[in-house]
Amino acid sequence: MSHLAYLGVLAFVLLGSAWLEVVLRARVYARPRRMLLSLAPVVLVFCLWDLYAIAAGHWSFDSERTTGITLATVPLEEILFFVVVPIASLLTLEAVRSVTRWQVGDEPAGTCVDGVRLDDSDGAP
Amino acid sequence: MTYTQLAFVGVGIAVVLDLAVFRTKLLGRRVFWVSYAIVLFFQLVTNGVLTGLRIVRYDDAAIAGSSTPVDAAPPFLGDGRIAFAPFEDLLFGFALVVLTQVLWVWLGRRSVDRLPYAGPPRISLPGAAADPRSGLSGGLVAGGGD
Repeated sequence: MSHLAYLGVLAFVLLGSAWLEVVLRARVYARPRRMLLSLAPVVLVFCLWDLYAIAAGHWSFDSERTTGITLATVPLEEILFFVVVPIASLLTLEAVRSVTRWQVGDEPAGTCVDGVRLDDSDGAP
Repeated sequence: MTYTQLAFVGVGIAVVLDLAVFRTKLLGRRVFWVSYAIVLFFQLVTNGVLTGLRIVRYDDAAIAGSSTPVDAAPPFLGDGRIAFAPFEDLLFGFALVVLTQVLWVWLGRRSVDRLPYAGPPRISLPGAAADPRSGLSGGLVAGGGD
């Protein structure tokens, strides 16, 4: 079981943030194309950083508490970290928007007054 | 480069991408800093577990503080560490979060899955703004805009 320790931490982040989608209607998983396009460059860049850091000896992983599955030298858990944590951060951002109705910056012009969204249409006919 | 140097470079790149390249200017928004504060709390918890249990170990040649000890937990606070983790991890996490959110907002601006918008929540929370679509409180909004 201890080989699943790092995966357990990731499961905590994944499950601990998923309720924001359902209860606060963060609608991140509901916008899958945008989610995946946001994640792809992040996963790539941070896997490259990880690859360099592992090669340079900046950090290492306890083989007793990771699965041992790697892509090149990068543990599976690290790759999943770069997926799960960014998703959790998007869920948090959108959950704060949902609750407060503060603007995030992607609102079409003219649809917000005093930070309140008056119109949920995309401005398109 | 050391982890310390790379972590500062990572934050610098994330800031430049937000303010100058994608011009999403999330760093000037209240919604970013409130959500970042929430993310930061959970980052300290999860990173504290990963580093305190020494699932991830660090080398002193790369960080400002000392190497993760072979047979004991690293210090909780001090020697360049915050909640067991090298302070560099906070910069790393900041760059990770900012880069993701900048891309997310930029794609939304480009009308990639702009809709459906977040909300309204299924439950009402203290301090929450009124939903203008509910028709109950008109334009009076607690919390206000940016």
